[in-house]
This record gives sequence, structure tokens and C-alpha cells, in this order.
Amino acid sequence: MSARMREPRGRLFFTILLALFLSVVPLPAWLDAVRPAFLVLTVLYWSIAAPRAGGISLGWIAGLALDIFQGSVLGQHALALSLVTYIAVREHQKIRSKPVFQQSLIVMGELFIYEFVVFAIDGWTGHALYGPLHWLQILTGALVWPLAAALLGRSHAPR
Amino acid sequence: MAAYGLGATNRRLTGHGSSPGLRFTLYAFVSIVVMVLDQRGGWLTEARFLLQAAAYPLQLAVSSPSAAWAWIKESTQAREALRAENERLRARESALALRALNYEGLARENAQLRGLAHALPPIVDRWLIGEIVNVELTTLRQRLLINRGTTNGVFAGQAVLDDSGLLGQTIHIGPWSAEVILVTDPEHAVPVQIERTGLRTIAVGAGNEGTLALPYLPANADVKAGDLLVTSGLGGVFPAGYPVARVAEVHRDAIQPLAQVRAVPLARIDRDREVALVWFNDERTKNPDIQAQPAPHPSVPAGAAPAAPAPASAAASAVPAKAAAAPAKSKTSPAPKSAPKPAPEDQAEDEVQ
Repeated sequence: MSARMREPRGRLFFTILLALFLSVVPLPAWLDAVRPAFLVLTVLYWSIAAPRAGGISLGWIAGLALDIFQGSVLGQHALALSLVTYIAVREHQKIRSKPVFQQSLIVMGELFIYEFVVFAIDGWTGHALYGPLHWLQILTGALVWPLAAALLGRSHAPR
Repeated sequence: MAAYGLGATNRRLTGHGSSPGLRFTLYAFVSIVVMVLDQRGGWLTEARFLLQAAAYPLQLAVSSPSAAWAWIKESTQAREALRAENERLRARESALALRALNYEGLARENAQLRGLAHALPPIVDRWLIGEIVNVELTTLRQRLLINRGTTNGVFAGQAVLDDSGLLGQTIHIGPWSAEVILVTDPEHAVPVQIERTGLRTIAVGAGNEGTLALPYLPANADVKAGDLLVTSGLGGVFPAGYPVARVAEVHRDAIQPLAQVRAVPLARIDRDREVALVWFNDERTKNPDIQAQPAPHPSVPAGAAPAAPAPASAAASAVPAKAAAAPAKSKTSPAPKSAPKPAPEDQAEDEVQ
């Protein structure tokens, strides 16, 4: 595939690994409650900026990695993350052309879908459910998005 | 869903042979199949084992900042402080050795008094020290990752202790690592006994405050703040007689048929760096015909049944926790389905005493 040559696969892999690290590194409880979903943000960024490099496979694999690290039901985060990746990949042109503020709102919607799927599967499989404070992560994720996008954008050459 | 968003432009832009819709449908299907298999248990144990092995290096990396910090703190500690600590530990060690001597004698005397080999509670005969690699203490997940796995002989559903009390049990096992679910995890339940009265019940993790709840005690049960809870040994996962928690508050409500009891775990969950994995010989779980033998009570085999096979014991102890999660959350239904669960154990207890 000729497209593969131009794709920033190495950086993608590195940033995903870093985001996974940030998502699972132990933090104090108060900080943990508002920790943005770094892995989701990074996967979303790559789905929008370079949908050919990772795509839905990337989302699924990243989600599965999260499942292993968090000891949750295998496939739970994988499903949630592949769903939001699918939406991002399908709409990547529209999202990419939006100003950063609107992108944040879209990301907030995506994070809500993600958290909702995780929440629903937790409920169906009989696991304990997160308290209302957990939904703050959607807000912090959206707030962090402009910064994350700028940092990740710098990590690879502009198109 | 596959047909949606499958325009010619989209196909060209994504550069893959299949459309994102089709891919997503495929991945969603795989996810659901994997989830169902994982939830049913058994089928995916091998896969999880391999994946956990693959994840272990990164898990070590994740814990490295805190490990480095601990190392720096330790290596810059003043010599006087170390000497004082050494002194203190030595004093404690001799005190513990004396207590251990005492214990040996008591255990022998106890065995003689009981006179029955099969009535002996399971006794720890071997343990292994493991180091905590990663700690996850959130409202929902009170888990630890330790650096011992199947290569050290660790198995799923193994009891984990620290020097002051019961910590929890192993759930997911890798070749070099194991995940430990703590007693305070909302999905964990441990069969306990109130040391003062001998009353048996189940302690469920409350999660949010790092405490335990005793949701199955009737309002008139003899329990008060300060009571010590020890493992009862029922269920076969934990050895009997190990301290678990101390009752912190008892709330009795005239409307509620059950008392609301909170207990604080004795294990220093947030301060430990090393834990002990234990192996114990449980006569009752090893020899199934012994437990069926003394049955003057018709209900005994039913009560003892969940504790019978050792491999299933992890599942047996996990079942009440899941059932208990619902009543703990919704106080509106005071008589949940799971309420009769402890009853067979109470009957079994009558028989033993």
C-alpha cells in the first residue's frame, strides 16, 4: 500500500503507548476522578488526523490493551473505543475542518458515547458502577483536547 | 450499519479495501463474542494469561515513577532513622517469635481438644512474599498487581495477607504477575466470623471509603463497634481465623430489618509494599466424603456444597459479592433476593459447634 509510506506509524505507536501509560499510571484519588481519558483522546486524534494509519483496528487494539490493564471484561473498552473511532474516521474530514473550540465539543460528545458504552457494559455484566463524579472526565477530556491536539500535531510533520 | 457511510469517496479516502462501517461491525461483533466468553469464564483464561504476560513490562514501567521515588526516599534516609527502625523491628521480631511459640502450643492443644481430624480448620502451611508492582485504588477497583505468577505456583483464588490482616485474593494470573482483588473492592466478599460472639456472616467491600460492609446481619444481631472480624474459613478460599477488619459503626434503623454495619480493614492496604500469598491445607476441601459424613442436620450438605471443590471456590466466593452489589447500592429494597444466601452457612455453623 503506497499510502503507508507517508503515515506517521512510528509516532502513532509511541504516542499511543504514552497515552496508555498516562491512562493507567496510579494517581491520588482526587486527581484520578478528573483524569482525562488520554488514550481515547490520542486515538481520536489519530483517527481524525491520519485515518489510514490506524483506523478502527487501532481503536480496538488500544481498547483491548486498556481492558487488560484495568482488569475489566475483555472487549469492553475495545468495543467502546472502536465505536468512537468509527465515528471519528467516518467524519474525519468534517471534524478536521472545524475550529478547535468546535472540535472540543465534538470530542466531548465522543467521550460521552465512550463512557456510556463502558457504563452500560459494566451494568449488564453485573459489575459495580462508577459514581456521578466519574462523568467529570468527559469535561476534563474536552478541556484538554486543544492542548493534546496541538502537542500531537507537533509530533508529526504537517500535511 | 455496514451500508451507512459507504460512499465511493469514503472508500477511496480511507484507502482500505473494506469500508469503516464494515470494519466496525466486524470489530463490534468480535468484542461482543470476547465479552460473552470472558464473562462465562474458563474459555478465555489462556488468552488472558498470554495477554497479561505481554502487558507485564509496561505495567512495570507504569509503576517505575513511584518505585523510583520510594528508592530515592529510602536511599537518602538518615542513618539514625534507619538504626532506630532496625531497633524497633528487632524488638518486634522477638515479640512475634514469642507469640509464635505460644501459638504452636495453642494449636496443638486445640487439635487435641477437638479430637477430630476433619474438624480442624484449614491451617496455613506455606507462604510466599510478593512485591506490589501497581496499585489501583479507585471507588470501583481496589486492586493490586504483584510480581508473582504461575511460575511461582500462584493460582487464581489464592488468599493474600499482609502482616496485620487479610488483604484479598488473586483473580487474574499471568506467568510473572497476578492481580489481587482487595477485600474492600465492591465486587469482593469474604466469609467472616465475629470473634467475640462466633457469629458468622459475609463482609462485602464497600469500595468508596475503603471499608467493608456487613449487609446480612439482622437488626438484633449481637455486634458492636470495636468487634474484630476474622475469616471463618467457609468457602475454602481463605484460611480460618485470620483478622480481616474491625467494626467501626453499627447503625440500626427501626424500619430496616437488617443492621447497617461498617468495618475498617486491618490490612494496611495503602501502605504495604510486600504481601504474602498463602497455601493452606483444607481437610474439608481436599476430602469431599468427610464433609458429607457427619450430617445429623438435613441441611448440611446443601450448606457445605458451595465450599466443596477447591478450583470452584473462587467463583463461589465471588457469587455473593455480585448479588450483594445491588442491595448495597439501592437501599429502597430492604429484602433482596440474596438475603437468604447466608442462611445455609448459619445452619452449617450450628452443626459444627
